[in-house]
Amino acid sequence: MATATGTQASTKFQAFLDEHLERELLRFTTAGSVDDGKSTLIGRLLHDTKAVYEDQLASIKQSKVNRAAGPIDFSLLTDGLRAEREQGITIDVAYRYFSTARRKFIIADTPGHEQYTRNMATGASTADLAIVLIDGSKGLLPQSRRHTYIASLLGIPHVVAAINKMDLVEYDEAAYKKISADFLELAQRLGIRNAQIIPLSALKGDNVVAPSAHMPWYKGPTLLEYLETVPLAQAAEERSRNRGSLRFPVQLVARPDANFRGFSGQVASGVLRAGDEVLALPSGRRTRIDSIVTYDGELQEAAVSQPVTVRLKDEIDLSRGEMLVSPDAPPAVSRNFNAKVVWLHADPLQPGRTYLAKHTSRTVRVRATAIHYRVDMHTLEQLPAVQLEMNDIASVNFVSNLPIMFDSYAVNRTMGSMILIDAVTHATVGAVMLERDLGTPSVELVVAPTTQVHPLILARSAKTARSIVQILHARNVPYVLLDDPYIPACSLACATRVAQLAGLAAVYSGEGPSKELMQQIEQFLPQARWIQLPDGPLDEAAFIQRLDQVLHWENGEGKE
Amino acid sequence: MNVTTLPPDATSAYPAVSQRALNHLQALEAESIFIFREAVAEFANPVMLYSIGKDSSVLVRLAQKAFHPGRIPFPLLHVDTSYKFPEMIGFRDNYAREIGAKLIVHKNQKALDAGANPFALGTQNCCGFLKTRALLDALEAGGFDAAFGGARRDEEKSRAKERIYSFRDKAGQWDPKNQRPELWNLYNSRLNKGESIRIFPLSNWTELDIWLYIYAEQIPLVPLYFAREREVIVRGQSIILKYDDTHMLPGEKTQRISCRMRSLGCQPCSGAIRSEADTLPKIIEELIAFRRSERENRVIDHDEEGSMESKKREGYF
Repeated sequence: MATATGTQASTKFQAFLDEHLERELLRFTTAGSVDDGKSTLIGRLLHDTKAVYEDQLASIKQSKVNRAAGPIDFSLLTDGLRAEREQGITIDVAYRYFSTARRKFIIADTPGHEQYTRNMATGASTADLAIVLIDGSKGLLPQSRRHTYIASLLGIPHVVAAINKMDLVEYDEAAYKKISADFLELAQRLGIRNAQIIPLSALKGDNVVAPSAHMPWYKGPTLLEYLETVPLAQAAEERSRNRGSLRFPVQLVARPDANFRGFSGQVASGVLRAGDEVLALPSGRRTRIDSIVTYDGELQEAAVSQPVTVRLKDEIDLSRGEMLVSPDAPPAVSRNFNAKVVWLHADPLQPGRTYLAKHTSRTVRVRATAIHYRVDMHTLEQLPAVQLEMNDIASVNFVSNLPIMFDSYAVNRTMGSMILIDAVTHATVGAVMLERDLGTPSVELVVAPTTQVHPLILARSAKTARSIVQILHARNVPYVLLDDPYIPACSLACATRVAQLAGLAAVYSGEGPSKELMQQIEQFLPQARWIQLPDGPLDEAAFIQRLDQVLHWENGEGKE
Repeated sequence: MNVTTLPPDATSAYPAVSQRALNHLQALEAESIFIFREAVAEFANPVMLYSIGKDSSVLVRLAQKAFHPGRIPFPLLHVDTSYKFPEMIGFRDNYAREIGAKLIVHKNQKALDAGANPFALGTQNCCGFLKTRALLDALEAGGFDAAFGGARRDEEKSRAKERIYSFRDKAGQWDPKNQRPELWNLYNSRLNKGESIRIFPLSNWTELDIWLYIYAEQIPLVPLYFAREREVIVRGQSIILKYDDTHMLPGEKTQRISCRMRSLGCQPCSGAIRSEADTLPKIIEELIAFRRSERENRVIDHDEEGSMESKKREGYF
């Protein structure tokens, strides 16, 4: 058997090799429309970092299809399947690899057609960084806004705006500045924490790998320099709010023989330490970590992403789909939750239908109870929806048959992500980003009408709504609290009308309704009878004053 | 202008954590181990397709790591075309015994009895009978609902879009239009009767990663990967290793040159390359200097443009 050792290799190469072993891994995704030159950019990155093997390049040179003006059509490097080579469009996520002395890169190349939101979401789900391609000769088009929105929705820590085709605008700084300002405004609005803007020309190679001689006014890094030096997501995640809160979903119970019982899994957040106290969920049992076992020997501790097998001090009941967590900061354990959904399938999502849901190592059944709103991908506005079509993005409430243990997606991608699976066809139909625990659904009702006026109170948060309900209760104002998964924003008009007819004030805890909905409600309830609360903590005195105004409006005592 | 909207994460008040970020090989290893464990937890009857090559060797090591201290909880299946190099068969049997794995060897005996060989059938048809058909038969015979394979996305263009869980219909066929979207690390293992999944834990590894990992882990390999002076026939661009039963064309002579195999397939269709690389660091050094993709010396991919895609549609791994 040939096992070789490195004794005969040159010392210089040995040093190179050891350096290579220590490289980091960066996963990024690229989004752009067909005409933005995205495939050309990736082709250029692969080519200029010498990731393209000579024979592959030769086969592209021979290829009958060449859509580029230059001698080599770089985009052919990334278009894999025969069908799309013929159509000239990219129709699925393609993964590409290259490396430099500093890092290994995985590119998820996703198509930018608006009907392919699902592909971009797929590529973005595992990315540490997103490159949004912007055509420098056209400015920030709606499609670039959509791509940036999806990047923010999927929680990608770093977003790069690559302003391409600078050669077409004669490398004009003013054109760059205009797009730059537009993009920064958008990034800020979407809460993207790290945005970088790089002017380049993929076709000519400016600022992709080598700095451009044509844009002396740009002092920032080239695209590759940025990719090589940007701080990794993992480091960022460890600094996030739940840093130190252990999450260890059990993948597998390891019982190789009667003497060994261990729990295999990958640390989803925090640090697993031998000797630490842990809480098992959902059982609620407590025990301590006895030892951390790996093929390469026992460990004292294991950090995020490390696959290990743990042995526990006590023989507690624990199996796949359950979880070990920090006892002082457990995740939500809930059967009612709200989430953002990207719908991936041609069969629509319908409230009332049951789906299989896989979350960490746990698979449960969920029912969509209500669609709060759907996001219009052209304007990014929130609109009412009765069902979700393929590529729709929406805010949806779910109930599950068994509780899931989760953190919000914004805090931890592993603990906040879930896929939906059709219970019959077993197709993957939805991507879910969990947002909040809805607790136990409640409809509170006091029937004792004492006034003729029944206002609509838009509380904008569950907390404010509960404070308001106490005030109404104390003042003997009959009310109904609309904080229920079965009453989504789009049925607010209907629910408010029913409350009116029943002689109740309606307290709505969700976000403000859309313009369209407000107009509907105004048809039966003038805005003078609404109480719209601002964001932030409730100013009780101001609310009571306003409430009195509204209640007495009918009697001519109102000041409206 | 170099703009950042908000202070970057780098300026944080938190002290550095004790654990460093995983390097790229540790990150790839972690992903592969995660995939192995998910599959074993969710499938009733998985199997590993074992080709004896370097990727298979890495796959085996990752499986050992995933299930340590237990043994690999599924059998290794080798589809033997009977045209494999003798060194491969020797290595296979020893290694499986050494690691305590269950080994299943399957041949398409009917086709072999009928005299199937690449010279008479052409490489496409020969692979069709002895690899694709044999594989599908073996999977059906074993009732396997999932099969691990060592394919990587960087090997060939049509593989760049392959999923980690690659869905196959009741006939074992791959429909590129009907693959399930794969998000985060949440793999959908749900199947209806007769359907199966091919699982590729090495999807995100490149050829260089494989060699670096073999070097870092000191993983055993078939000796053919290491350069040595060997008796060969030079046929056009190809260097064919000479064995007792090697089919020689009229006028061909043997010669001794220092060479090695870059990827292992069947004897008649795998050419050697001239090389002095007799250690892992030398192989890696050669690889980096080379810049030619490894499937080039396999005849099958070059038959027609997009040929791997056609094979996959039929069920080739």
